[in-house]
Amino acid sequence: MSAAQQIDSNTSVDVMTDTDQYLTFILAGEEYGVDILRVQEIKGWDNVTPIPNTPDYIKGVINLRGTIVPIVDLRHKFSLDAIPYGATTVVIVLKVSSEDGNRTMGIVVDAVSDVYNVAAEEMKPPPDFGTISIDYVKGLATVEDKMVIVLEIDKLLNSGVLDTSDSLLQ
Amino acid sequence: MAIDITQFHETFFEESFEGLDIMESGLLNLDIGAADNDTVNAIFRAAHSIKGGSATFGFSEVAEFTHGMETLLDEMRDGSRDVTQESVDTLLQSVDCLREMLGASRDKTPIDLERAEALKKELEKILSSDNNSIKSPSENDESNNTASVSESSGCDGWEIKFKPYHDMLRTGNDPVRMFRELAELGDLSVEIDISQLPALEDLDPEESYLSWKLTLKADVEKEKVKEIFEWVEDECDIEFNELSAATDKADNTANVMANATTAPPQTTDNSKKTAAPKKTATSTDSASIRVSIDKVDALINMVGELVITQSMIGQLDCDLDEFDNNRMEKLRDGLTLLERNTRELQESVMRIRMLPISFAFNRFPRMVHDLCQKLNKKIELKTTGEQTELDKTVMEKIGDPLVHLVRNSIDHGIEMPEERIAADKPETGIIELNAFHKGGNIIIEIKDDGAGFNKERIKAKAVERGLISSDEQLSDEKIYDLLFQPGFSTAEQLSDISGRGVGMDVVRRNIRELGGNIDVSSEMGKGTTFTIRLPLTLAILDGQLVCVGSEIYITPLVSIVESLQIKKEFVNNIAGQTELYKVRDDYIPIVRMHNIFGIDAEQKNLEGGLLVIVEGDGKKAGLLVDDLLGQQQVVIKSLETNYKRVDGVSGATILGDGTVALILDVDGLIELSRNPPTSGNTSTNQVREVA
Repeated sequence: MSAAQQIDSNTSVDVMTDTDQYLTFILAGEEYGVDILRVQEIKGWDNVTPIPNTPDYIKGVINLRGTIVPIVDLRHKFSLDAIPYGATTVVIVLKVSSEDGNRTMGIVVDAVSDVYNVAAEEMKPPPDFGTISIDYVKGLATVEDKMVIVLEIDKLLNSGVLDTSDSLLQ
Repeated sequence: MAIDITQFHETFFEESFEGLDIMESGLLNLDIGAADNDTVNAIFRAAHSIKGGSATFGFSEVAEFTHGMETLLDEMRDGSRDVTQESVDTLLQSVDCLREMLGASRDKTPIDLERAEALKKELEKILSSDNNSIKSPSENDESNNTASVSESSGCDGWEIKFKPYHDMLRTGNDPVRMFRELAELGDLSVEIDISQLPALEDLDPEESYLSWKLTLKADVEKEKVKEIFEWVEDECDIEFNELSAATDKADNTANVMANATTAPPQTTDNSKKTAAPKKTATSTDSASIRVSIDKVDALINMVGELVITQSMIGQLDCDLDEFDNNRMEKLRDGLTLLERNTRELQESVMRIRMLPISFAFNRFPRMVHDLCQKLNKKIELKTTGEQTELDKTVMEKIGDPLVHLVRNSIDHGIEMPEERIAADKPETGIIELNAFHKGGNIIIEIKDDGAGFNKERIKAKAVERGLISSDEQLSDEKIYDLLFQPGFSTAEQLSDISGRGVGMDVVRRNIRELGGNIDVSSEMGKGTTFTIRLPLTLAILDGQLVCVGSEIYITPLVSIVESLQIKKEFVNNIAGQTELYKVRDDYIPIVRMHNIFGIDAEQKNLEGGLLVIVEGDGKKAGLLVDDLLGQQQVVIKSLETNYKRVDGVSGATILGDGTVALILDVDGLIELSRNPPTSGNTSTNQVREVA
């Protein structure tokens, strides 16, 4: 767990300088970003073991050096058209924190893109879409004239994915 | 050299709690009126260690409180006080109180002094009561505050010859401290003998060359004096001589005077006393387990064999060019050996996690004792198979359900003595706790010879609660199953012991979480038996690999009854929905795995398919699978660590090729086949997701 500790100490440094680093990836032509400190590793797409009776976007589970890690297809999750997995298709393994501790989950994306530094003040809050719930979007950042959608992965991957009682809440 | 004493706190608390357990079980085993000396001694020793430890670590409230208990125990020990029900009960309550005090000290929360004070008063009352003793003031808590047998107070004091061995100081014992303690008992004069003292250049400062003659002018028991020296008993020559009244004061060459409390008059017959508390052994912290040395030895042997096997295979490896059949044979032998070694090694490692079930059973004598008093019932508790070993994790989690079941038996099972006599039963009811191995499981039985369940009442209650309709015909099994429904209790009168209607469902849920099961059988008027079945361990499972479509699943071997090829003529179809398969005289519902799990299977027709008959939760079902693969032991990995519980799946494992395979939860599957999941297929899932 030394990696985790290291990451924690890094976080505090970043808070002071007020710039966060984001790893961006491509999904259906758009560029999305996740907090790089949450990224555990990036690996190529490999076959998964499907879990029965789970939502479609849960592709299944993989063996990540002895731990069972569920894989979420982000295209499915965002209701985008599925494309065949290719050479650039990767799995980003993320640390997700929820009330009952940290979990490790993987997301399947079209390709990884880049790492950007984004200052907190450069981040714009997402516009109000009214009925469409987009609370998993942390904000929008402009990097080199491109828009990067910064995701709040805790919200994204906890809601509906982990919550067994989500149907009760809604 | 300053030592951080707090590092020993954890050990102290652990040992103290162990000591409390010893005290508790000892107290419960005491025969009123005719106490067995060994038992009383054991209790006393435990109390004494706690007192000593708590004083050392500065938990003065605990020490003070324990002191009162110790005094009473001490009197019981030397026979000057009869063991009465009252005193045993008070001591039991004190044990509880002490446990709380220690708990509070450990958690650094304030101690409930009121309760301690009240109990202390009670102890004092007992101490001052009968046995023709003289009440002594209780202000001097640190000194022995009561007199038990007042014969003639013929003891004026003690002359102690104390000659430490050379290396006594090395063990951290300090004579000055002991003398100071002695001085607290009364007037102390100390005479030093320096004849053995070498010249300065020959002197090793870590050795002890001195001896002392101590004269203690106080009327105290020999035991009290001895106690001060008990830590150094083995490291010195010591001699106690009683001073007669005529003995004059010894010379005060090196005089240590202390005006401590004067002990009240007291004499006892000390000749037979033994029982010097042993030095407490150092132990490990709370997240550890104690492993007996032979388990570790077995493990080391196993590793030794593994090394031998490895070198045996290693030798084959040198000349690969000349790899002939002979070598192949040897290699195969080696691999067989290796497999055996691995399995044995694994079993030994598993055994380390095993604890005898007496850990869980030990609390029941006390509970039965207390509840019997409260309810005015007469119950005898019998336990067998306490040595049956159980995984530590299972042990921790099975405790509460067991407590609940035993309480239930006491409260609802066993009748009042009058009722029992009226029903032609012995007045004293019997509750039996049995643990034993059966197949790959541990069975725990809780059996009482009480009233048994009234099936009609259960049914009536279930109807009232709306769980079943009044005209429903139910098998016995089904009726007992109702007991485990949430919010179901048959107790006509609620008591604070049980009957709140929470519980049985929780009991079953807890047991199921452990991969176990609970069954009830009962006969009106004769009694009830709860049978808990638990897996030996939670970490490894013998599994049968089955193939459904392109997926491999693992069925726990323990739940498989048999596997067979489907013959068309044995398949029956009820109302075009439920398929039953006739196995001998049994009709077993067929569960089509690919339907339940939504998989494309090769084998959609029953004809020629394979049926794995499984049993779970007392029900049988036949799982339709495409193929049976091998059997192997699998290490259980949790799906919940990173995901969540999935119906019909109890966990996952990693196969030899590194891929993940899911382990089937047979009970869950049977449940699933009866009530197909609402979000069972893709389309409903998406609906849910959007919603």
